[in-house]
Amino acid sequence: MSVDAAAAGRTSGTRSGGRGGFVSEHTKRTVGWSGALVVVLVGSLVPVLWIVFLSLKTSATATDGSFIPHQWTLKNYSQIFSSSVFTDALRNSIGIALIATTIAVVLACSAAYAIARLDFPGKQLILLICLAVALFPQISLVGPLYNLWRQIGLYDTWPGLIIPYMVFALPLSIYVLSAFFREIPWELEQAAQVDGATPFQAFIKVIAPLAMPGIVTTFIIVFLICWNDFVFAISLTSTTAAETVPAAIAQFPGVSQFSVPYTDIAAAAVVVTVPVMILVLVFQRRIVAGLTAGAVKG
Amino acid sequence: MSTGTVTAPAPAASRRRRRHLTERTRAERRLAAWLIAPAAIVMIAVTAYPAIATVILSLQRADLRFPNANKFVGLSNYGHVLSAPVWWQDVFHTAIITVIAVSCQFVLGMLLALAMHRTLVARGLLRSVALIPYGIVAVVAAYSWNLAWSLGNGGWIPHLLGLSSDPLSHTFGSYVAIIITEVWKNTPFMALLLLAGLALVPDDLLEAAKVDGATAWQRFVRITLPLMKPAIFVALLFRTLDEFRIFDVIYIFNQGAEGTESISMLNYSTLLDRLNLGLGSAVSVLLFLFVGLIALLFLGVFGAAARPGSAK
Repeated sequence: MSVDAAAAGRTSGTRSGGRGGFVSEHTKRTVGWSGALVVVLVGSLVPVLWIVFLSLKTSATATDGSFIPHQWTLKNYSQIFSSSVFTDALRNSIGIALIATTIAVVLACSAAYAIARLDFPGKQLILLICLAVALFPQISLVGPLYNLWRQIGLYDTWPGLIIPYMVFALPLSIYVLSAFFREIPWELEQAAQVDGATPFQAFIKVIAPLAMPGIVTTFIIVFLICWNDFVFAISLTSTTAAETVPAAIAQFPGVSQFSVPYTDIAAAAVVVTVPVMILVLVFQRRIVAGLTAGAVKG
Repeated sequence: MSTGTVTAPAPAASRRRRRHLTERTRAERRLAAWLIAPAAIVMIAVTAYPAIATVILSLQRADLRFPNANKFVGLSNYGHVLSAPVWWQDVFHTAIITVIAVSCQFVLGMLLALAMHRTLVARGLLRSVALIPYGIVAVVAAYSWNLAWSLGNGGWIPHLLGLSSDPLSHTFGSYVAIIITEVWKNTPFMALLLLAGLALVPDDLLEAAKVDGATAWQRFVRITLPLMKPAIFVALLFRTLDEFRIFDVIYIFNQGAEGTESISMLNYSTLLDRLNLGLGSAVSVLLFLFVGLIALLFLGVFGAAARPGSAK
């Protein structure tokens, strides 16, 4: 919001500043920014379009080197959805990411509330621990977790992935949420109580609606992290019981040992990419706000 | 901000009134402890236990193929790793990828951040589209670029450039493709972190400099960059440490063939393909030390650079 306001101010400023030949100056800027927009559009979308087109190629034309398919087909999609390798992986991905995200956000809400609102010693220490966990090389944990999970029966199970996902999602959730919580006008809670609301009512009617955007934003960002993970997924799972889509795609069985089914991989890639792209496009404003807020604080 | 001004006088006042406030302070601290505890305990348990286990395993001969031959061997695993040429080669590969990829991400990320911040044309569309690579699953991004570069699998890039040999069968081509994938995937995140810094640069300052006759480049170098120092620090630190752990993209491209094996790739193959937990754990600890060293180096360099800057 403030960014937009600032931009608006700047625009008017440059307009009044560039008095002589305002039209040409303005047109020049518009053309320049349109050019930048085209560059960003092409740069971001070409690899996405490529994988979409590849997923729509017939297996005969898959390796012909053309960007746009010569023969179109939806067979690759029907093929992956009829194989339990993919549908199980999709179920695992959705379930594991949703559960890990929910737990992480709940724990982070409580911690972030304390960091944002309460005064206590050790606040810096908590933020330091978060930073240390965020910077921890995840691959360093894979060996001992693999060992431990096999001993206690968590290897190749949902909790076996939910636990590490949740832990590595916590630092960012705490940073982003405490940045949001700091911006909430908490005096309103007391004001509502003075006006006769019970503490519970004050929380539900006044604070919760104010906190919701921050929580939703954090949920989306954390979900993207869990949905994206590859290191843990490939190390701590071995069967369709818990394998997520990124791990499954990387190990797709070919028709024969010597042919990797790239059109199937492309179709599976498109299926896991579409929900993410929708999330990003719908919640762009919030993701930008959430990550930039967390960064300024960090 | 408002909470900042509300709580600001509190420390001074509380020092005088500490006795009277003990009960309340104590209750507040107790509540804070209860609220923080779940997250803190989970984070510490799940990272500290494996971290300690890694250190212990790294001091043992622990090979899952020979479970009965386990024994304490002191630092000999470290000796093996550090005297192996493959380790130093992998450090070198990782460093090359990290330096080039982060440099490109910084330059492109800064341009993207400036565009996201200042554009007058379709700002929402620009921001949404720019975020797409950030949201895309890393494995998908790796496959898309891998198949795009692969001549044998009918990629469009060799087709477009008219290459007669597969770029992915050479070291140089593989590095170019891997680094481009990393840059494409991670530039938006870099840009977002830099955008946070750009938003803190006051416009009146830039306007004033403009009135004084400073060129756009002078304004950027003399005003915007210095004011963005903390954001640049965070962005470079996060991206460098993340790039240094590069794993997914190399795994999908060639699992470290063509001289592109990174430290994380070596770590993974030692642990999970060769099942040598002792040696693999030593690699983990060394990787962890590297990451810590880079973080300290950053703190040192930027800390030193920031201090005289703030003193002026």
